[in-house]
Amino acid sequence: MNSIRRALVAALMLTLVKPLSALAAWNKEAFGAKSAGDALKNLGVGNATPTAELSVEVPQIAENGAVVPIEISSAIPGTTALIVVIDKNPFPLISRFDFKEGALPFVKVNVKMSETSDIRVLAEAAGKYYVTTREVKVTIGGCGG
Amino acid sequence: MRATLGQGVTEIRVLMTHPMETGQRKDSEGKIVPMHFIQNLTVKVNGKAVIEAQTSQAVSRNPVFSFRLKGGAKGDKIEVSWLDNHGDSNSTEATVA
Repeated sequence: MNSIRRALVAALMLTLVKPLSALAAWNKEAFGAKSAGDALKNLGVGNATPTAELSVEVPQIAENGAVVPIEISSAIPGTTALIVVIDKNPFPLISRFDFKEGALPFVKVNVKMSETSDIRVLAEAAGKYYVTTREVKVTIGGCGG
Repeated sequence: MRATLGQGVTEIRVLMTHPMETGQRKDSEGKIVPMHFIQNLTVKVNGKAVIEAQTSQAVSRNPVFSFRLKGGAKGDKIEVSWLDNHGDSNSTEATVA
């Protein structure tokens, strides 16, 4: 009897806890958005001010859209997050990085691009958003493989 | 994973072996390969989370991420963990050299 009750409680806990933690951990609405505007809205990003203090190093021409190197960093004091959006990808939101005490707002990684597009990088600092945009021309798209 | 201290900055370079399937690719039989990608990653220094990221399927296959920490000391323990959309996770550790 006891073991049945324990199993029931455990099952209930799982169904209650799992979706909640998953929801907090990964923004399904933002990542599932099919336009850059909807993705940013779902992340709670309002107006973003263009800035030169946000460094975005990308190739001008990417021969292979499956592997496009990006290197981003912010010189804006108090930067707590960097967001990467590729406007013309089927799902434009690529990543959101949150930085806490001890980490520098810097990331380098390869991403996939389906076609020639703007790459928008946003920084969050003291509740405000800043943006830098770069265009990358893609010779062969990298989503279908 | 490598974590190297130099000029007041610790540089972390970490490889995650993962297919990062977009859900748009077709296999040799013309069937769509389902989405399979890393959704969350966490960087911890001596047990404390300093970077938390959410990612999409548009990060390249077998991604290599570089991150930077302010300062740091030789011997600091760096742990990077990830979780994918199937609920699979993995983690790797390194000591700052």
